[in-house]
Amino acid sequence: MELFARRKWTNRIALGLSLAAMAFGVFWLAWILFDVLRLGLGGLSPALFTKMTPPPGGDGGLLNAIAGSFIMVGLAMLLGTPIGILAGIYLAEYGQRGWLGSTTRFINDILLSAPSIVLGLFVYALVVARTGGFSGYAGVLALALIVIPVVVRTTENMLILVPNSLREAAFALGAPKWRVVMAVTLRAAKAGVLTGVLLAVARIAGETAPLLFTALSNQFWSVDLGQPMANLPVTIFKFAMSPFADWQKLAWAGVFLITMGVLAINIAARIFFSEGKKQ
Amino acid sequence: MTPLAAVLNEKQGLDGRRDAQEKVVQISARNFNFYYGAFHALKNINIEILRGHITAFIGPSGCGKSTFLRCFNRMFELYPEQRAEGELLLEGQNILGKRVDATSLRAKVGMVFQKPTPFPMSIYDNIAFGVSLHERLGKGRMDERVEWALRRAALWDEVKNILGQSGMSLSGGQQQRLCIARGIAVKPQVILLDEPTSALDPISTAKIEELLHQLKKDFTIVIVTHNMQQAARVSDYTAYMYLGELIEFDVTDTIFIKPRHKQTEDYITGRFG
Repeated sequence: MELFARRKWTNRIALGLSLAAMAFGVFWLAWILFDVLRLGLGGLSPALFTKMTPPPGGDGGLLNAIAGSFIMVGLAMLLGTPIGILAGIYLAEYGQRGWLGSTTRFINDILLSAPSIVLGLFVYALVVARTGGFSGYAGVLALALIVIPVVVRTTENMLILVPNSLREAAFALGAPKWRVVMAVTLRAAKAGVLTGVLLAVARIAGETAPLLFTALSNQFWSVDLGQPMANLPVTIFKFAMSPFADWQKLAWAGVFLITMGVLAINIAARIFFSEGKKQ
Repeated sequence: MTPLAAVLNEKQGLDGRRDAQEKVVQISARNFNFYYGAFHALKNINIEILRGHITAFIGPSGCGKSTFLRCFNRMFELYPEQRAEGELLLEGQNILGKRVDATSLRAKVGMVFQKPTPFPMSIYDNIAFGVSLHERLGKGRMDERVEWALRRAALWDEVKNILGQSGMSLSGGQQQRLCIARGIAVKPQVILLDEPTSALDPISTAKIEELLHQLKKDFTIVIVTHNMQQAARVSDYTAYMYLGELIEFDVTDTIFIKPRHKQTEDYITGRFG
């Protein structure tokens, strides 16, 4: 009886501590979300989506930054997704044993955990310093370098989860390996792989450091990838640090847009993944 | 009468013409050995499997019966540490030879696994996938082939209106018959079944056993089973394996009624294994 009472108390203490830890985390998260909503909603207006970033004291919106972010994130995904998926297929289906696979996996893990500012500086040295100017292309490249390891990792993990019996069944019909991978295993892992792609979008949507050294920013409307390109994260960074109240208001509106966008992508990824599993 | 003998008696009635059939060797193994790395899993196996009959492999877990089955379509090649020695002949040709292409061999030797493995695609595509690997068929002829395979697998009536649905939406027993349909759609000579009913309920099992009777007219069937009643019910010939050796191989009735080896008798009467 003594022992039982003690166990009950130990359980209560453990539960209490973990609840406290959870409350601590959720408290700050809720506060952040609350401030984003409070300050961001105030800055929302039609002008946000129709006008360019203004000079201090001027009237304006975030159209060029929104468009620039869409263009660069979109191109980075177009560049990074096929490379990431193909490399993930190699690791899961061909390179399970052997030195090439394990070396690639190790390097990919390093890339995955590399601070994004390092990638930004790398592209700065590789592209910006050599071509003599900040450009949208450099921004796309830096973002793609963040996308690739994320997609490689999720693709490999999702393919490994496909039961081997499914592969064997396809081989038993006389399918060559590439048909087994493309028609059966990749299809079985489709929901998971696409979820990984969506999460990569969410990851790069808010990246500031790699763009600060590559695409920089642009006060005006420009869709020329050879020139510096406006984007939401750097604009927020610039405007939030400024002493001007109207710029700060726009920065909060930008934060609100990114937060809502990332939230929407995450929810979409979750729905997508659970729908895919039901199939 | 023992329960097994009753099963066999009943089968005699259903299947009395069996002995009248001609005896052509479809698959034979000569001095066949198999290794998992250093482990010697199959030891000097010699056997002849007859065309148009059902041959069952029985034996306790780990005896090598599934391992042997997976050699007939060179499935073991997917795993580099596994290797086979000796001769395994399909209609007189050694299928272990370097010149034999594994994909075309597998078109001749189909396989059904323990757990149903429908592909993540529609019922129709599950069947068309295998066919399209080996033949170029137009839409009309592919439709015919899919229907033919589903009818032979006794699944057509249940799925004819839902061919576009995912194969994974079917019940376990239906999925397994879909896998059988997928295998026969390729028109192989041999169908290998690796404990095909061990994950199914008794009604689905009965359906599949009935199906095997229908199929053996056109295909040579080799089945691995843990269930001795099943071996007695469905097979014409039975092989008993133990610790990687082929202990006894004979007409099923002989194996179950008067086996030559004490070991076989102990196993089938449940005194061992």
